Amino acid sequence: MSDLPSSSAAGIGAIDFSDPATPNYPDPPKPQTIGASHVDQEDPDVRDAQAKRLIWVWEAPKGWKYWSAVNNTEVGIWYTSTAFIFMLFAGVLGLMVRVQLAVPENDFLTANFYNQVYTLHGTVMMFLFAVPIFEAMAIILLPEMLGARDLPFPRLSAFGYWCFLIGGVFVCGSIFFSSAPSSGWFMYPPLTTQERFTPGYGADIWLLGLSFIEVASIAAAVELIVGSLKCRPPGMRLNLMPLYAWYVLVVAGMILFAFPPLIAGDILFEMERLFNWPFFDPERGGDPMLWQHLFWIFGHPEVYIVFLPAIALIAMIVPTFARRPIVGYSWIVLAAVGTGFLSFGLWVHHMFTTGLPSISLGFFSAASEAVAIPTGVQIFVFLATLLVGRVIFSVPMLFVSGSLAIFVIGGLTGVMVALAPFDWQAHDTYFVVAHLHYVLIGGMLFPIVAGIYYWWPILGGRTLSDRLGKIAFWMMFVGFNVGFFPMHFSGLMGMPRRVWTYPTGLGLDLPNLVSTVGAFVFAAGFLVFVADVLRPRGHLPYAKRNHWNAGTLEWLSEPEDKGWGVRSIPVIKSRYPIWDQPNFIDDVDNGRFYMPDAEELKRETMVTSVLDAEPIQCLRVPGPTFMTMWAAAFLGAVFIFATFHWWYLTIAAMVLATGSILVWVWRGTAIVPEKREKDVGLGLTLPLYVSGPKAVGWWAMFITMIGDGTAFMSLIFGYFFYVTIHAEFPPAVTTGPGVFWPVAAFVVFALTWGLAYAARQLNEAGQVTIARLSMGAGGVVALLAGVVMLLGPYLTGLDPVSHVYPATVWIIAIWTAVHAAAGSIMLFYCLARSIFGHLTPVYDADIRNVALYWHFVLATAFVTVATLAFAPLLS
Amino acid sequence: MPHGRSREDGSEDRARCSGMRIGSKPSKVALFITSGFSLSALSSCTSPQSTLAGAGLEASQVEHLFWIMLVGAVVIWFITIGLSIYATKVRPGRHSEKTGTRLIVWGGAVFPTVVLTALLVYGLALMPEFRAEADGPMIAVSGERFWFRVAYDVEGEPGVVKSLPPGGVESANEIWLPVGRRTELLLGSPDVVHSFWVPSIAGKMDMIPGRVNRLVVEPTKEGVFNGVCTEFCGDAHGQMGFRVIVVSEEAYAAYVEAQNKPADVTSGPGHDAFMQNGCDACHAVRGTEANGAVGPDLTHLGSRLTIAAGLLENTPENVAEFIRATEHVKQGVEMPSYGILPDEEIIAIAAWLEQLK
Repeated sequence: MSDLPSSSAAGIGAIDFSDPATPNYPDPPKPQTIGASHVDQEDPDVRDAQAKRLIWVWEAPKGWKYWSAVNNTEVGIWYTSTAFIFMLFAGVLGLMVRVQLAVPENDFLTANFYNQVYTLHGTVMMFLFAVPIFEAMAIILLPEMLGARDLPFPRLSAFGYWCFLIGGVFVCGSIFFSSAPSSGWFMYPPLTTQERFTPGYGADIWLLGLSFIEVASIAAAVELIVGSLKCRPPGMRLNLMPLYAWYVLVVAGMILFAFPPLIAGDILFEMERLFNWPFFDPERGGDPMLWQHLFWIFGHPEVYIVFLPAIALIAMIVPTFARRPIVGYSWIVLAAVGTGFLSFGLWVHHMFTTGLPSISLGFFSAASEAVAIPTGVQIFVFLATLLVGRVIFSVPMLFVSGSLAIFVIGGLTGVMVALAPFDWQAHDTYFVVAHLHYVLIGGMLFPIVAGIYYWWPILGGRTLSDRLGKIAFWMMFVGFNVGFFPMHFSGLMGMPRRVWTYPTGLGLDLPNLVSTVGAFVFAAGFLVFVADVLRPRGHLPYAKRNHWNAGTLEWLSEPEDKGWGVRSIPVIKSRYPIWDQPNFIDDVDNGRFYMPDAEELKRETMVTSVLDAEPIQCLRVPGPTFMTMWAAAFLGAVFIFATFHWWYLTIAAMVLATGSILVWVWRGTAIVPEKREKDVGLGLTLPLYVSGPKAVGWWAMFITMIGDGTAFMSLIFGYFFYVTIHAEFPPAVTTGPGVFWPVAAFVVFALTWGLAYAARQLNEAGQVTIARLSMGAGGVVALLAGVVMLLGPYLTGLDPVSHVYPATVWIIAIWTAVHAAAGSIMLFYCLARSIFGHLTPVYDADIRNVALYWHFVLATAFVTVATLAFAPLLS
Repeated sequence: MPHGRSREDGSEDRARCSGMRIGSKPSKVALFITSGFSLSALSSCTSPQSTLAGAGLEASQVEHLFWIMLVGAVVIWFITIGLSIYATKVRPGRHSEKTGTRLIVWGGAVFPTVVLTALLVYGLALMPEFRAEADGPMIAVSGERFWFRVAYDVEGEPGVVKSLPPGGVESANEIWLPVGRRTELLLGSPDVVHSFWVPSIAGKMDMIPGRVNRLVVEPTKEGVFNGVCTEFCGDAHGQMGFRVIVVSEEAYAAYVEAQNKPADVTSGPGHDAFMQNGCDACHAVRGTEANGAVGPDLTHLGSRLTIAAGLLENTPENVAEFIRATEHVKQGVEMPSYGILPDEEIIAIAAWLEQLK
């Protein structure tokens, strides 16, 4: 279709500042009009001009506009620092716990404040540190390791960051008003759902604040999955991916399936707390156990979501210091994938004492033991690599060894508590507190500190201090063990967790005192590390490039950061290209690979195919904007206003949030380029715009909808969970929602789906007018579909407060109706895009993605109708 | 006798502290390992709340299981760490990649599979014995914020009922059990999730609103043991406990019979103050007109070892202090403080309650 030769000057010339891929900076360098294949790359003047353009285009904004940055380096560093600040805050809370428990019958804290302190300690460590630090570090490291200039959706990363910051400050801030959540980080109802047991806003703050942060996590997961599948450099087939990217893929996939059940649980929880819908109230047919299931279906994979990325760091560090490639690459990849799968089959081991039948206990005991096997494989891969290589010791390796020594203890106590009969004793005691800290601190915190010592030359340009690193390590290692090892014994001596004080004379005095001393030594050691990171070192020389002589792509980065990621996007033939590919760094630096230039002064990165990493697109990625910050602020306002039941403000914020997201998407996505394709060097010409399954946007929609579908299936799981615990569900007296209205709703949903699909096909065929009619009609009919879906429960008079059955019917119907409403907005959006010329038969990503969305909505409507209308007929 | 062997295992002549009791080799190793914590370990021998001082069939066997697992864990830890030291310090770079792969297969995959399978078979094989049918009395225990309601000799169908069977001989915060019998405990809750745990006798079981869980315990030693709530249930969770008193079958029968009788003293200034100040709205004292069902039954309060759900020793001073400054003594408790009452009335009430043996 395009008749433009790749080297054509057409479309180049004027710098288009309205294009989000061109940052709005002063003094732009002169654009280049000759394609990269046709310039003399060995001419230093050519290279200088290229470098100038790349630097200008990838530079972070200056002054107060710095905060509009969206590039992975800036966002990643904010994300990591913020997570560490939350971690330090939660660490102080942990020390307060230890002070209170240092001696028996202490009155340092009141019972109520102690409960707020320990709840926030756990909540912040889990939700504001352990999971986000994975996302934060991956946002920095993943593009570097893949030789990409950025992740595919930089603005989504920025949006995720601002959500995380706002939600985190909201949750943490509550304790300064003594209204923090106070029921433990897993918030079991009915304690937490009924105002008579937990008056005040604490539980709402926990729930709404964290739901908001979960949005950020899922956004990051989508970004990282698409990033590792589609943004690899050419030639980096899946089996050449750095192990870190494999782990990112596995963990982001786990987030995608683990967080949605919690979101579903959150919805049920908040509907009970705010509107008295009885999901967990046994007097009206509810069951507190449903929350426990949904929470732990999330909560157990979450442990691995926290632990696997840290193992990934070790998997990158160990080969560098063993001076050889990892031994057993396929073993460790299989083990990581296996751990990811198995981790979804273990959640019941958190519920061994809830009175489940022995057969379940046996099954989940076995599954819980089984997960130790892939974990063992991963550890032995490291041991084997060390054994075969010639090991050089350094501070990162010191932290890796400490991690191993601690984590193995946590793993071994994990094997103990996985056995149901032993768990009946150890469950909810300090034995478990010891176990989880050994796993998390050994399996997560130590590797992260190792990683920061290891990658600091890339992040900060200089090295951290060896001497301070060693001091920090030994204080942390000794302090940790002194602090947490005695907890195994206090637990076995009968100390339950979450007690604000304990009596003297039970043998608990000494271990608790020792634990407190150890905790302070540990904290002091961590402060040494923080001091090492923060101490000014501008006067020190830059670290040498590739400081540790590693073999992977992130070490191409120069100590004086250039912002562009890589000078040119290399062709990869090995897992350790710097080690194995001759003249590699020099070729990259001299722009002898792809995309050595930003000819049109636009931010670009390369998109490749999923399996074999064949180049398929030169992707324009958007630059700085404040829109994502606004979107996060308004969305945050929705959750915060809802916490305080300010409903009008909530609705207003909801409208503003939707509006700002639409503006962001309108301005920043599916931009029609000035030409079809461009010369990216080495004789290769790539399209600037693709749609459908080749496009990153299509993948993002697909992946998001998988997560969305998982949340929906969790609600359906809730329905059938109630079927299993009730002799009759629906209860005999119930009449709604009947068969007629749900079936009618499905017909309208199918019609909307048909219109969306037709719009896509007609648009592609060039029938723009009919396609627009189809979009407009689809938008209207979608709203109708939502309304008809709600008519069933409404007209049959189902009262959601009276019993769990009507409440469940309503929540499933509302879920589906909300999806119809969102789908309606999308179709109208496409209509507007088409009218304004942003959506054409050639450039049709928007309608393709919306049509994909409607496939999922149709499936949702089908399951909804099958469940609400036909499941009652079977019982 | 279906459980004869295990009862012999738990006979009284057995030393209190199991870490020292088992003379076999593994336990010596275990003891050696724990020597750093010998002080704590010693105190666990005399503690009434320790899992390491088993006084019940289940607790003793799990304790045994624990020592076995501990020895195994220590051995595995030393092998793993030893291996990493060998690899990095002792003989770096002397091995081929083939050796490395072999290490992954045997050390990382085969070895854990074998060990874990053996452990699983051994561990899970314990469960049927722990969960075997009861041959003793049936007692209902209800976890309530923040105390334990106890009813002896209830009748009901465990596992089917959604709430605890009514009736029985009511008491609170103290559970008597006959030694050597398998007593069935029906566990429930009217408010939030609690968990029932007597570390020295058996593992814990949750008390969940809308459900009745069943726990069969077989105490093997007479004595007084501590029980605690182990599922967080609110501000006073840390001070929600009870006592378990294991006695002979005859003593048990006599105890239940005594508890079934109405109160010994049903008049006097303490009784009058109790009624006038509305204590009867929440508390029952059988034999008087006090029939409140919100708080603990006080018919035989004087006979109990503790008050305030295992928190304080049962003395007239402590009872008076609890009435006077309830919230101070036990933060988060549901009962309001009655400090506004004249002190002589509080003392009279306490004195009367102490007479209710």
